[in-house]
Amino acid sequence: MSTAIAPPRAGVKEEQPYVDPTKKRYTGRKLLGLVVVWVALWLVVKNRDTLELPFAQTTGLHTWLNDFRDSIEGSGQSNWFMKYVIGGISAALNGIITALQGLLSTAVFPRPVPEIGWLGVMALIGWVTYALAGIRSTILVLVCTFLFGVFGLWQFSIDLLIITFVAVFICVIIGLPLGILMARNQRVSAVVTPVLDLMQTMPSFAYLTPMALFFGIGPACAVAVTLVYAIPPLVRITEHGIKSVSANTIEASRSLGLTSRQLLRQVQLPMARRTIIVGVNQCTMAALSMATIAALVNGPGLGKPVVSALQTLNIGAAFVGGLAIVLMAIMLDRTTTAASERAERRGGHTDVASVGGPGVVKNIVWLERLPRWASEEGYESPPRKHLSNAGRRFAIGLLVVPVLIAVVLSRTYLSLAQFGSFENVPVLSFLSGPKLASVVNTVVRSFVDAVDTFTNGFKEVVTVWFLNPLQALIATSPWWLMALVLLAIAYFLGGWRPTLVTAVCEAVILGTGLWNDAMVTLTMTLVATLLVMIIAVVLGVGMGRSRRVDVIIRPFLDAFQTIPAFVYLVPALALFGPGRFTAIVAALVYAVSIATKLVADGIRGVSPTTVEAARSSGVTPWQMISKVQLPMAREALVLATNQGLLYVLSMVVIGGMVGGGSLGYIVVAGFSQRELFGKGLAAGLAITALGVMLDRIARHAAARYES
Amino acid sequence: MARGTRRLTLACVAAALALGLSACGGGTIQNATAPTGGSGTAAACGDLRIAVNPWTGYVSNAHVIGYVAKTKLGCNVTYSDLKEEVSWQGMASGTIDTVVENWGHNDLIKKYITDGKTVEDAGPTGNDGIIGWYVPPWMAEKYPDILDSANLNKYADLFKTSESGDKGQLLDGDPSYVTNDEALVTNLKLNFKVVVGGSEAALIESFRSAEKNKTPLLAYFYEPQWFFSEMKLARVKLPAYTDGCDADPKTIACDYPPYKLNKLISAKFAASGSPAVGLVKKFQWTNDDQNLVSTYMSRDNMTPDDAAKKWVDANPDKVAAWLK
Repeated sequence: MSTAIAPPRAGVKEEQPYVDPTKKRYTGRKLLGLVVVWVALWLVVKNRDTLELPFAQTTGLHTWLNDFRDSIEGSGQSNWFMKYVIGGISAALNGIITALQGLLSTAVFPRPVPEIGWLGVMALIGWVTYALAGIRSTILVLVCTFLFGVFGLWQFSIDLLIITFVAVFICVIIGLPLGILMARNQRVSAVVTPVLDLMQTMPSFAYLTPMALFFGIGPACAVAVTLVYAIPPLVRITEHGIKSVSANTIEASRSLGLTSRQLLRQVQLPMARRTIIVGVNQCTMAALSMATIAALVNGPGLGKPVVSALQTLNIGAAFVGGLAIVLMAIMLDRTTTAASERAERRGGHTDVASVGGPGVVKNIVWLERLPRWASEEGYESPPRKHLSNAGRRFAIGLLVVPVLIAVVLSRTYLSLAQFGSFENVPVLSFLSGPKLASVVNTVVRSFVDAVDTFTNGFKEVVTVWFLNPLQALIATSPWWLMALVLLAIAYFLGGWRPTLVTAVCEAVILGTGLWNDAMVTLTMTLVATLLVMIIAVVLGVGMGRSRRVDVIIRPFLDAFQTIPAFVYLVPALALFGPGRFTAIVAALVYAVSIATKLVADGIRGVSPTTVEAARSSGVTPWQMISKVQLPMAREALVLATNQGLLYVLSMVVIGGMVGGGSLGYIVVAGFSQRELFGKGLAAGLAITALGVMLDRIARHAAARYES
Repeated sequence: MARGTRRLTLACVAAALALGLSACGGGTIQNATAPTGGSGTAAACGDLRIAVNPWTGYVSNAHVIGYVAKTKLGCNVTYSDLKEEVSWQGMASGTIDTVVENWGHNDLIKKYITDGKTVEDAGPTGNDGIIGWYVPPWMAEKYPDILDSANLNKYADLFKTSESGDKGQLLDGDPSYVTNDEALVTNLKLNFKVVVGGSEAALIESFRSAEKNKTPLLAYFYEPQWFFSEMKLARVKLPAYTDGCDADPKTIACDYPPYKLNKLISAKFAASGSPAVGLVKKFQWTNDDQNLVSTYMSRDNMTPDDAAKKWVDANPDKVAAWLK
């Protein structure tokens, strides 16, 4: 969940199309033939009709979008909808958030500290966690929140918690009913699903300015931007949860004479409860991933120190901010997971894979699996004795007293209200913000200085021998040739349905006037995805085969998936210089995590009997991997490719900041320059179209492999 | 389900109760006054909400003004990190009081100052803004004649990279600034290709690496900028700017205009009678002053407020002139 743009953390696969897996297709030969024809034609007609558009130039659509923005801005003061509805909503949101900030995080003018100091806030947070999730989560949460203070980021952290909770709260209010409605009404589902797709794949940079236009800058806008990205996972998982209540159960309930409202309240909702909590978990993570983006419209939170550290290229300070975001993600993830596991223990039952458990529901929803050691139950521990419900409630009630005492103390003593500096405290001083930052700075700089000539050379080789030729082929083919090639690939891989989608997406890209830029972006996306899969297979096989490797690697994967990309932009630039390759590296760092986890899951999912049988027939480890485990995990590989691709695409905009150029840079420039607003928005649309196209081709191709 | 819901409700109610109770408890922390006291003018000044645009020189302006407003006038200063256009929007809608370093933006001036009358010009900051093409110091030393754009074609081969192919690379890149570089390259018939770096960070890291490894680099950059105190980049002379030579973006063949950087205040704030209005209007300093404060932040990793304090303490005369 990095800073950026639409990272689809919980991808939700819809029902797969039916295909006949036994039919022989000769896909490989057809594709090879296609490439030969393509290259031959390219040699003849290259550099013609490439539809290149100089950066500062705009098309009719772009100017029209600019004019449209101007007219909204112009009517903003007089239009009743803008003034009362939108204005009212943002005033209410700003009011609520400012009030919470005054209570928990921010000093309101004459008072030097917030109403409740850090000790009180920690006690309250710990108590709520205990009530919802249990003692392990409470300890984790308390350690994390304490570290926020040690980092010197207390206020930013609590601000981010506030924003996240307000956003998730609104998500639940909107998303839950919507998900239920979609589960019960096919037509609503058909209408809303593409909208959700759009919300998740549209780069958030593209809609930052319009949002600021509607909601003004500040907390309300930050929440609005977060909502766009965080609602879809909750809606989708809720829909899935309700739909997956087994038909038998529903039949049985109906035969007992339940009305459809009773059915929902007494059967479907309780049975989908755990899935819905998983949806809330995914929603929370998505909300958190918007932290740095929200900081660009003055949203309070941990994004602020990260963004401002980037201005002075202070890698260390950005890292400390990023680390705090990672800690918050871990703490919220584990807490909601623990809460959902508890919900299950109390008798809720669904067929959805538990997030901490060993199953992934095939074909419908995949959820990232946490390793067992990270879940509330602990790794392979025997079931522990739990407090009875009454006992737990008694404990929770009893704990109110110390919590209240802590709150009162934090209102009485300044040292308990304001986090002091830890620079002179033994041991902890090492973790205090400035110290940690300067250590990171030193380490990174000396590392960069040692290897940067080598890494730059590596970049040159890859760019000249691999990226440039491929880009020449894709981006200097005439648009009509390239469009035909893409259609043919879609047809060979997935049949006529993805071909249709591809045609529509191509029309959209042509309509945005950014065909050539889109092709450059496509090239980078393909190269990045290829590299992602190479790394993911190597790491994933290692993790799938050895639990110890898994335990070592997984925390790093979690961290890279969570840390805002802004944190590693500067080191990446120092190592590779600005260019398309650097953009690819930034995408790699982010996308490798999810792909690796999925590959590892796939390898681990190969039936132990098969592995045992193969081993007893005396295969070498290499044969085991290449002949048994990888082929049997083929489905997971395809899924990993699909997700890797979407994650790479979600980094296109970040790539634009490090020299990726093309669509990503246009989106960034559209956010910054008034005249390019329309072009930036159009580039956002083009990215979305590319994403939908690639996703549908991959999904239909995947369906053929599942048998 | 029912039981779980009840417990959740219970937890929520109790949490709300705890919050409520503690909120009613009344502040008992002794020094419940403004941390910066001042001389009792706090009420008169009230809020000062400064937009902070994303470059370090701007941060210096903002925090020096903010620090003075806080300590000498007793204002309640808040900073909002915003892009330029968004800050203008904020001034128009009344959520931002002032922008303290503005680079031109004729379209926004027309929209908000001339037509909308929601924003006012608050006078120059004293800083001169320069946009242009720069090379790292080692190149200026080794190839002195490279500093004239007429000689650039001679060196085009040096600047070839894997991004620019068979032409020289001109690295562009901050998405916030308008560039004429594509047109300039065409109209000056330079054998160069504009390659986008994508961010200020990309430009600075490129200069650092070029100077360290003695690799050639030609890039778009600007002053005042804290990076100049780390490295004295040399500016490549383009055909001189004359009034109106940049009127048609397609035929442009001259240097970027010099910018007189200025401050802006929202009309509402200007009419509020706050003493901070005078401070913002009178604030003026030099490029060197700004670069110094910026260096405190970027090289010495000081917080903006500490950097501002250090400069303000060392320059009482200048500060006094702003408060007259």
